[in-house]
Amino acid sequence: MITVMSAQSKRHNRTEPIAFFILGLFTLIIVSPVIFILVYILINGIGAITWDFLTQMPSMAGKAGGIFPAIIGTFYLMLGTLLCALPIGMFAALYLTEYARQNRLVKIINLTIVNLAGVPSIVYGLFGLGFFVLTMNIGMSVLAAILTLSCQALAMMIASSREAIVAVPREYGEASLALGSTKWQTIRHIVLPQSMPGIITGAVLAISRAAGETAPILTVGAAFYLPALPQSPFDQFMALAYHLYTVAANVPGISKTTIWGVALVLIAVVLIFDIGAIIIRMKARQRRHE
Amino acid sequence: MNVNSTATANNKIKMCARSVNVFYGTMQALRDITLDIPDRTITAIIGPSGCGKSTFLRLFNRMNDLIINARVEGDIKLDDMAIYAGSVDVVDLRRRVGMVFQKPNPFPMSIFDNVAYGPQRQGVQKNELPDIVENSLKQAALWDEVKDKLHQSGLSLSGGQQQRLCIARALAVEPEVILMDEPCSALDPIATLKIEDLMRELVKDYTIIIVTHNMQQAARVSDVSAFFWMEPDRAGVLVEYGPTPQMFSRPKDKRTEGYITGRFG
Repeated sequence: MITVMSAQSKRHNRTEPIAFFILGLFTLIIVSPVIFILVYILINGIGAITWDFLTQMPSMAGKAGGIFPAIIGTFYLMLGTLLCALPIGMFAALYLTEYARQNRLVKIINLTIVNLAGVPSIVYGLFGLGFFVLTMNIGMSVLAAILTLSCQALAMMIASSREAIVAVPREYGEASLALGSTKWQTIRHIVLPQSMPGIITGAVLAISRAAGETAPILTVGAAFYLPALPQSPFDQFMALAYHLYTVAANVPGISKTTIWGVALVLIAVVLIFDIGAIIIRMKARQRRHE
Repeated sequence: MNVNSTATANNKIKMCARSVNVFYGTMQALRDITLDIPDRTITAIIGPSGCGKSTFLRLFNRMNDLIINARVEGDIKLDDMAIYAGSVDVVDLRRRVGMVFQKPNPFPMSIFDNVAYGPQRQGVQKNELPDIVENSLKQAALWDEVKDKLHQSGLSLSGGQQQRLCIARALAVEPEVILMDEPCSALDPIATLKIEDLMRELVKDYTIIIVTHNMQQAARVSDVSAFFWMEPDRAGVLVEYGPTPQMFSRPKDKRTEGYITGRFG
């Protein structure tokens, strides 16, 4: 009996580290490409990063000068998409979860939203060109690009907001209603504060993706080379992702360091935005648990 | 102490149900319930699981409205107001008929904010809140335990304290009736006794309806008992109703006797 047990425990002692090793290995496999890409871009691009590179207008088709208008353009796109997609996505999700009757129409709408997230981004670009630029006559502009990116971001926003709202414990909502609060008061004071961290996470993912999109904006107003800042929402603009594509593919004789530098700045802009969002989310969590 | 000595016969009727049927879709959950809830008494609703006790309790503040497909027939009145009439504002009704849930469910906010939540939603002025919070916590016999930590999370309290916080939260909107849905089922015996003492204290000012699985609790705490039973088609019916001492000593119905003596259920 004793020998059986010790044999068993020996087997446990052997399998345990193997399991841990395999799980750890897979985690490493997932993480390592990300680290490799980041380090590779950093090493190759850091040489291009100077104060002038970040704050000057480009010249000679991007071969010289800086990328200031592209940074500002991407910033406008992210901010505009956030302002446009976050409230619409949040309120649409609230309506779908809290107010709409759970009938077949709502099921179809939910399914449509999921499918919307899977539509290829160039299709959004064509839609933006046809609808916002031409039909609504907004023209090739920052605004048209923001609206186009918002359509794409909305699908993600609604889906993630809905998850966050549904995850709020039912007991809280019931307790609030039982105290004689209206439905909107319950949403405003219980459901929204509770689901805010999740909604913000969804927004961060959606906006980060919007910042990196090239296809949807190249048809609706992103400029190949425009050494000036947009003066109004109806002007054309430069954006980092599209600029990266043009300098990498269409500008012969440009230094490799410059190209990597643009990529590094794009990643940094997204990273700074994410860190800001994480701080806001932590604040929202703290408030929730205080 | 004879907690059941309250003269139930002389009390006026605070709430009543007349020929109430409840359906979930095609399934009947309650059949033909007629019952009076006397003012300033504790009415215990007892019976086996699934017999519709909670469904019945949630009729009085219309929490069943939240369930899709739920349909209510018959009359339920608060004083002289038919609460299922089209003109009734559910929000107003719920301010008059408060509720304490099975699982303590304080909001993830400070103790102060938990109690102030109801009054705040009604637009009570900010400078009146501290008094309301203090009074409510005192009424719920929790003040001495939390007066120095009102700004700590309600979730940091023990289970029994959390449930008394939920009672304080319900009291803060000054209801007339308090519904309690198995308020002690998640608590230990000592915390349970505290809640029961509190109920005897509160019944001087409030009408209390409590659903409980615990026969001893019903016997200890209630003035009137209503025994529900599930019929073969799974619909809940009211088998017996009367002063608690009478029902527990001389039950009229065989099913009541079997259940309260613990033979089945």
